[in-house]
Amino acid sequence: MSENVKHHLTDQLLMSYAAGTLPEAFSLVVATHISLCDDARARLHEFEAVGGAVLDETKEVELGEGALEATLRLISEKAKDPIKTERVSEGVFPTPLQQYVGGDVETVKWRRVGGGVKQAILKTSDDANVRLLYIPAGCEMPDHGHHGTEMTLVLQGAFEDEDGRFERGDIEVADEHLENTPIAADGEDCICLTATDAPLKFNSLLPRVAQKFLRI
Amino acid sequence: MNVHKRVHSKDWVAEIAAIQLNQDQTAFAALFQHFAPRVKAFLMKSGADAALAEETTQEVMATLWTKAHLFDPTRASAATWIFTIARNRSIDAIRKQRRPEPEDLPWGPEAEPDQEESMALQQESNKLAQALSELPEKQRILVERAYFGDLSHSEIAAETGLPLGTIKSRIRLALERLRHAMK
Repeated sequence: MSENVKHHLTDQLLMSYAAGTLPEAFSLVVATHISLCDDARARLHEFEAVGGAVLDETKEVELGEGALEATLRLISEKAKDPIKTERVSEGVFPTPLQQYVGGDVETVKWRRVGGGVKQAILKTSDDANVRLLYIPAGCEMPDHGHHGTEMTLVLQGAFEDEDGRFERGDIEVADEHLENTPIAADGEDCICLTATDAPLKFNSLLPRVAQKFLRI
Repeated sequence: MNVHKRVHSKDWVAEIAAIQLNQDQTAFAALFQHFAPRVKAFLMKSGADAALAEETTQEVMATLWTKAHLFDPTRASAATWIFTIARNRSIDAIRKQRRPEPEDLPWGPEAEPDQEESMALQQESNKLAQALSELPEKQRILVERAYFGDLSHSEIAAETGLPLGTIKSRIRLALERLRHAMK
């Protein structure tokens, strides 16, 4: 399910995903993006290859006595893994995202957050959080700045902000230096997957109050 | 003169195939002897204590056996494949998190791995390992630490007193060299 992606992930984030050091919420966005972007997939393979080289160059640590025998016992208790038959999603959500939602877009339990905007928070480890956002075409997202890192992946429709137009498969990474006001483009309503490692900070009072209740 | 010379360029493809086809314990023992002490070291550098690292290493090596039929030598070297198994086990066992994985590309009907493709990939992996060992030490250490995940870039900055920009540019330079080696 490859898309014509124009906004890509940084090497730093892809490398951290390959290394396995990202919070789960970010990993979900990255895995979903890679499912839609062949370039990211190729770079992931490069970074995993670097991981293999690092492993192979690691100075050895001695194992406990009988470790090989213990491992062979472990193997005898395990069944052979079935051949993976993970399907490639035909829907709006790629497979890794469907595994967190429990299905495609029609199974999302949306909550209204005002102005026609809806969200659904997905359960991950609490070092960062990730949500689906539904923004009606032409609607503006609340104006907000950032404390930490925020990653937004478009799944349907498009949004525009100071950095350009973001369509399905495109990913925007923002940090505290970016003050953005994304607007969902005309046409199809916009659905995004967005992860952040800090609560978003809204510049107007009402969203700031809402923030407490919405966990955003 | 680089003292960090590589002596082994064994690719382990035959051993993994022997496990898959004949449940060959001798081939497994050879793989175990090479990789288990490295996996354990890797896990300890990633923050596991010795006991947890030992236990997780045994699980990683057992997974290598049970997933041997899924190893594709045209897509990854043995070291890379074992690295991904170790990484996933460590996220699960040490960090207690799930690991979301991208969906697989729709491959054609399962064919026997192409010998030539497999050899090309294994050669590429050797070149990459060589390039990693030949990186200037300051760059190599930063790349390794990024993979051990013991510290974030900003934590490395705080610990070494290096500006964050310097760390990022060293890692970037290292990646450029490694990429060049893989071409």
